[in-house]
Amino acid sequence: MRRASRIAAVVLTLLALWQGIVWLTGLPPFILPPPLQVAQTFWASRALIGEHALVTLTEIAIGFVIGAGLGAVTAIWLAFSASARLLLGPVLVFSQALPVFALAPILTLWLGYGLWSKIAMAVLIIYFPVTTNFLDGLMRTPAGYLDLARTMGASRPRVMFHLRIPAALPSLASGLKLAAVYAPIGAVIGEWVGSSQGLGYLMLLANGRAKTDLMFAAMLTLGVMSILIYLAADALARRVGRD
Amino acid sequence: MTPAPGITLAGEARIAGQPLFAPLTLEVGAGVWTCLLGPSGVGKTTILRLIAGLETGADFTGTITASDGQPLAGRVALMAQSDLLLPWASALDNVSLGARLRGERRDRDRAMEMLERVGLEGLHARKPARLSGGQRQRVALARTLLEDRPVVLLDEPFSALDARTRSEMQDLAAELLAGRTVLLVTHDPAEAARLGRAIHVMGTGGLETVESLPPPHPRAVDDAELLMLQGRLLARLRQQHADAPGQDLP
Repeated sequence: MRRASRIAAVVLTLLALWQGIVWLTGLPPFILPPPLQVAQTFWASRALIGEHALVTLTEIAIGFVIGAGLGAVTAIWLAFSASARLLLGPVLVFSQALPVFALAPILTLWLGYGLWSKIAMAVLIIYFPVTTNFLDGLMRTPAGYLDLARTMGASRPRVMFHLRIPAALPSLASGLKLAAVYAPIGAVIGEWVGSSQGLGYLMLLANGRAKTDLMFAAMLTLGVMSILIYLAADALARRVGRD
Repeated sequence: MTPAPGITLAGEARIAGQPLFAPLTLEVGAGVWTCLLGPSGVGKTTILRLIAGLETGADFTGTITASDGQPLAGRVALMAQSDLLLPWASALDNVSLGARLRGERRDRDRAMEMLERVGLEGLHARKPARLSGGQRQRVALARTLLEDRPVVLLDEPFSALDARTRSEMQDLAAELLAGRTVLLVTHDPAEAARLGRAIHVMGTGGLETVESLPPPHPRAVDDAELLMLQGRLLARLRQQHADAPGQDLP
């Protein structure tokens, strides 16, 4: 309850600040619409916003599942094989050094205007933090566990499955939390570069027609959605990483 | 369990060319407790790990042989200062970890029996976080017992416990591990005096076999002979340190 009232206080302060700036500067609504107008637009366009939000949410969800899955599998594979680490480690870092933004037009060219180019963006942006975080955890199994496993005559796959993976789940959980923050960024960038649906598309459209209130409504929807996704991932991480 | 063999380790170890311990011979008697007493950093744990067949980070030149001529691999169980319990698994799952790691069927009844023998009846479903330090070491002891290996290596398993719990664990371990070949590495003269059928003091100068108490072991904690020996062992450690100061750093 205290947490809820604290969040409410922060939101109200920000809204008051926003309204205060509108009053003080006298900016026209097509530059900075006041909060109430944004709220009205949101309500009037709720069906439109909802439809586009659902598209973006689908992109994020599918991207999250694929990206996190690929990342986890890669991490386990790399943890198993020293030569794979040697070969793929630099590739992994290079893939991250390449800005995903730069890849967006190419992905649109390859995968088309639809859902999959955005999902691919989300996957690309999620893959690295999940892989590196999980791999980090897998490589830091407490030495004592490994000693114990050795004297017990354990095989390598069983040590991986029963000791290293469970011991690394908290690291996987922090990777998933990062992924939840990054996934919406990937999807929206994909939409900006080329699409006919999604909140990113709606924002560009509204901006182009000077419907700044609609753009703000779409942007805030995206923000709230991202926070909810983060909270969901946090809950998931708690389940995964619990002792 | 197969009959417990004696173990002889003979050789020297170096770390990055620097001698960790000079050539020495350690005899671990068959079916009895042998204590290796000494300060940190003289290579006690290295000796234990060598016998266990574990990575040591040191170059060992020499031999490790069992008195029955068979290899030691697969006949050794390990218990360390940290209980090494898996925090996500129940006491029961921790006790039967070995079976799971080897892909064998778990014998739930025997695992429960071991928990009972270490005095943890009814606590099998608890996660380690909900057990006390002493109870956790009891789970570790039950896990060691379930492995049923003729050779048991103990690396200061009780040193993180308070004095009363420690003495209780010593009694329990002595009772339950009777008949096995046990090597106990410790820096505690009281522990070595209580449990050791044979006691070796390890210092930078090498290995020195000292007198130990005649059976039965472990003696009562206030046994006069025990307290005398404990004092003499401590005096020996202090003497060693005076002869070679600055060697107690790890």
